[in-house]
Amino acid sequence: MKIGRRSRVVLGRIAQTGPVIIFATLIVFGLMHIVPGDPAVVLAGEEPTQERIDEIRVQYGFDRPFLVQYGAWLAKALQGDLSRSLLSAEEVTTLIAQNFPNTLLPVIYALLLSIAIGVPLGIAAATRSGSRLDAFVSALSSVGIAMPSFWLGMILVTWFALTWNWFPATGAGSLMDDPRDAIWRATLPALALAGAGIAEVARQVRSALVEILGSQFIRTLRAKGLSDSAILWKHGLKNIGVTLLTVTGIVFNRLLGATVIVEAIFAIPGMGSLIVRAAINKDFPVVQGVVLSMVIVVVLTNLVIDILYGLIDPRVSDQ
Amino acid sequence: MTSTSNTPRRSRPAVIDWLASDLRALLTLSYLGLLVLLALLAPWIAPYSPTAQDFTAILEPPRAAHWLGTDDIGRDILSRLIHGAPASLYASLLAVSIATAIGAPLGLLAGFLGSWPDTIIGRVVDTLMSFPGIVLAIGVTGALGIGLTNGMIAVGIVFSPIMARLARAQTLVVKNELYVDAARCFGASTWRLLRRHILPNAVQPLIVQITLLLAAALLAEASLSFLGLGVQPPQPSWGGMLARAYIYMDIAPAQMYAPGFAIMLTALAFNALGESLRLFLDPMMKDR
Repeated sequence: MKIGRRSRVVLGRIAQTGPVIIFATLIVFGLMHIVPGDPAVVLAGEEPTQERIDEIRVQYGFDRPFLVQYGAWLAKALQGDLSRSLLSAEEVTTLIAQNFPNTLLPVIYALLLSIAIGVPLGIAAATRSGSRLDAFVSALSSVGIAMPSFWLGMILVTWFALTWNWFPATGAGSLMDDPRDAIWRATLPALALAGAGIAEVARQVRSALVEILGSQFIRTLRAKGLSDSAILWKHGLKNIGVTLLTVTGIVFNRLLGATVIVEAIFAIPGMGSLIVRAAINKDFPVVQGVVLSMVIVVVLTNLVIDILYGLIDPRVSDQ
Repeated sequence: MTSTSNTPRRSRPAVIDWLASDLRALLTLSYLGLLVLLALLAPWIAPYSPTAQDFTAILEPPRAAHWLGTDDIGRDILSRLIHGAPASLYASLLAVSIATAIGAPLGLLAGFLGSWPDTIIGRVVDTLMSFPGIVLAIGVTGALGIGLTNGMIAVGIVFSPIMARLARAQTLVVKNELYVDAARCFGASTWRLLRRHILPNAVQPLIVQITLLLAAALLAEASLSFLGLGVQPPQPSWGGMLARAYIYMDIAPAQMYAPGFAIMLTALAFNALGESLRLFLDPMMKDR
């Protein structure tokens, strides 16, 4: 019975993801059509010949109605064909496949750092609520959230790469060829990103734990004579699992955005450098491909998180 | 999330009481007020023109003639900082106005009407929530052309779901209040119910969220300008100044500190003001 209900929740959640992805593709496709004027002229580049414009118009199907164009684009996208870059004529899917690992490595690294450092900070602050340590953690997270990641990146490069030479200032390594080198190179970018991540995690964990520790059932446990540490480890932390999942999703989305700028600091050939170059050169297929693939990664991450909710918190699947 | 009947109305004495009792709010409001003044009076306050070059003073450290030093082509950093403030404030206000103008009505409608409008708006909101904000903004500048306004419109659209979700949640709480039922019984129209009874009582958390979003929008503007997709040089912007500083990072690392601190302090001020407002408007939140 219980398993049946749970899998129904999971399936329902997967079904909800469909419309979200379809709507996202519509927005991404629509991006190219908010271009003022004739997109074919824009795509043809500087001083185009009429021939070239007509060729592009037929190639992209601009002569057909919007929804027909969208349908054709979607059908090709579903088969993994996101057209070719206008700059290099490379397949957009190939470019994304080459660049995405360089983006994901620092982001996941930063996410792990955020949890590994943010959770203990949040717990320490919550259990000593109102103390100096609590005030310090609060101040630290306020600064972490307000600090632009790319500025933190610049400061880290100045000190750790240019002054002390502990880390390389730029570049990314391949996790497949040389994992140690890749992680080594991803450390400064990950730290730059983790500043905001640690701050967010610490803040949310503190807030959730303060609420739980002040609740009725904790008071009952305390009255029963349970020690503070037993209450914290057995009952407090068990209940911040849901908060941790939520904040992981939020932080992941944010890091994925922030990394676009941080990549510029460290000259990482990732999704950020890809989309910035494409935006400046009006390379629309690449812009569309990068936005679409990042949205899909976020949607799938949220899906996994929602399914995990149901698994750790039976109240969710009961609804 | 309490009803608003027992929270203080925003009359003049309450605000003064608040500022007298909340040092953080006083400090952040003073800082932001000063920043707005600097932005409005930039041409009269700044010691130099933001584009005036002094080739005898290149990449100089702070001294009497240039309080914060000079950049790579001898421009006064303090003057560029002051002249960069209007762009940052304009960009933040633009993005947050758009987010509020789109998100708040959608959230109100979704919460008030329920059923299928709620479902449809919910899906749209879920989708927009999945776009990493700055990535869509870069995409839009690619399509509409590079420039601050285009990028910040995109940031505003990406932020709108945050306002929509909050407005919806507030509406769900408020719409079951007795006074809403009473107004309905007296024959108030949906429009009148929303405008006169629901919105005024759901607006406080929205004000807090607006303040917090201003900080996020400021960081987004700095990011876009840093990438060269926002404010275009030679017009000064804090993000653009960081981009210049990045080029000269190995010979003049101190260049990066002034614009970075300006961005951080301003974001910090918006966030701190938001937190203070939250406590002021809803004293039940004090423990959290």
